[in-house]
Amino acid sequence: MNWTAIKAIYVFEMARFFRTLTQSFISPVISTSLYFVVFGAAIGSRIDQVDGISYGAFIVPGLIMLSIMTQGISNASFGIYFPKFIGTIYELLSAPVNFLEIVIGYVGAAATKSLFIGVVILATSWFFVDLTILHPFAMLAFMILTCTSFALFGFIIGIWAKNFEQLQLVPLLIVTPLVFLGGSFYSISMLPPFWQTVTLFNPVVYLISGFRWAFFGLADVPVGLSLLAIAGFSALCMLAVWWIFKTGWRIRS
Amino acid sequence: MTAIVDIQDLKKTYEGGFEALKGVTLAIKEGEILALLGPNGAGKTTLISTICGITTSTAGSIHVGGFCVDKDFRGARSLIGLVPQEINLEPFETVWNTVQFSRGLFGKRRDDAYLEKILRQLSLWDKRKSRIMELSGGMKRRVLIAKALSHEPRVLFLDEPTAGVDVELRKDMWDTVAQLKADGVTIILTTHYIEEAEAIADRVGVINKGQLLLIEEKADLMKRLGQKQLRVELQDPIAALPDGLGDYDLTLSEDGASVVYTYDTKADRTGITKLLADLAGAGLSLRDLQTEQSSLEDIFVGLVKEGQS
Repeated sequence: MNWTAIKAIYVFEMARFFRTLTQSFISPVISTSLYFVVFGAAIGSRIDQVDGISYGAFIVPGLIMLSIMTQGISNASFGIYFPKFIGTIYELLSAPVNFLEIVIGYVGAAATKSLFIGVVILATSWFFVDLTILHPFAMLAFMILTCTSFALFGFIIGIWAKNFEQLQLVPLLIVTPLVFLGGSFYSISMLPPFWQTVTLFNPVVYLISGFRWAFFGLADVPVGLSLLAIAGFSALCMLAVWWIFKTGWRIRS
Repeated sequence: MTAIVDIQDLKKTYEGGFEALKGVTLAIKEGEILALLGPNGAGKTTLISTICGITTSTAGSIHVGGFCVDKDFRGARSLIGLVPQEINLEPFETVWNTVQFSRGLFGKRRDDAYLEKILRQLSLWDKRKSRIMELSGGMKRRVLIAKALSHEPRVLFLDEPTAGVDVELRKDMWDTVAQLKADGVTIILTTHYIEEAEAIADRVGVINKGQLLLIEEKADLMKRLGQKQLRVELQDPIAALPDGLGDYDLTLSEDGASVVYTYDTKADRTGITKLLADLAGAGLSLRDLQTEQSSLEDIFVGLVKEGQS
């Protein structure tokens, strides 16, 4: 393993993040506060409790998941698309690094950034609601796994994208609806039976459910299944990335 | 000298069916400056990209420093520095961070003293804290060279290094190349400026339509293919060439004041002595004599035309 190269990629990518640290920090704080005002105070005041948890606290895991998934994707997709767009990818392709090293560098940096944002949102939510985390280590593990797997997914999108519109397409048309419909702001037990079954085909349900379990000890689906879902998703993404580098699809002519 | 880059029967066909390289075989000697000349679309950049790992080959083999570029890509690539044709740089980063990134990417440990030396050599040291977007075009091109040199490569590929740069910077670049050669770096540069190859190369390769038409020592090439012209200035202009000089390859200048004789330098006899005697015999008095060596450009144009016909 060329660890020096991995570190170089990671540090270079993180530098982009630190250059815009204020935006990176302020935007999640503002958007989380807005969610709490709208969902927590305005709507939440009409909803008593969900499974014994105050509605404000109930939406915290979903809010964090929503942000780290979209941030993970956009950070990683932009991270690899930008060198393609400006042409600096030549250096990556001519360097003595293999696909795994490139992926660890880029995906690692993208995952770190979204993890940071996840932690910022968690910290912000403490200002609005009383929050106790039942399984803090599991919570952290779910968060890291989600950041990493969605950064991997974003990496693939970044390689696939031929322009900035395509870069936005998948997060906007697929991921955001899946996250919103994946029980971010409600328990799936609140849905009619038919939609409960349909929802189970949404992979995001498993991630949010597992994450919520780490907070409150309650889940829509068994925790083991949640872990399996996230491991499966990561493995699929890894396989796709391995194939991309093996064939040179959209990166090597 | 041993071959540091060894290319055997290299072929590259792009997806659309375009054959960019049609079986190139080339051995690049360690420590030399090789200029690859060719018109646009000749296959120069494809050849470089394939050696460096940016493009995959369709057939053939490439070894750099004894390492196969496919099987031992780490060994091969760590020996290579590449300066691309386009100015591809991250605009928001500083010069220093960009160069340091390149060194790290190639697996080399941090060495600020070495990077300082490179930046000073390329007159970039004062700009190390500037963001790339703040630099002039010429400076950006130097940053590309600094990046390529940052990991101490033994082979440096310069793809059209002076395309679109002013004369002064071009001369600076040539000095840099000469300095690198003195440091023991093997340099391969592609260019379509003949004077560039003529000024700095040890060997010249001519590539067109994906084929290496020739590769030769620059001096030999000039000697082998070079023709010389003898310009004889006359004391008094003449209206037409005198009879009896029809055997010579002569042309009369428009003003009739000089006669140009084209001869082959490699021939046993150039015919100059006899020509001068015959000119005197025809009653012409001579004022001055000049000879001109045909340039690499003439050779190049001739070769490319030959290839096209």
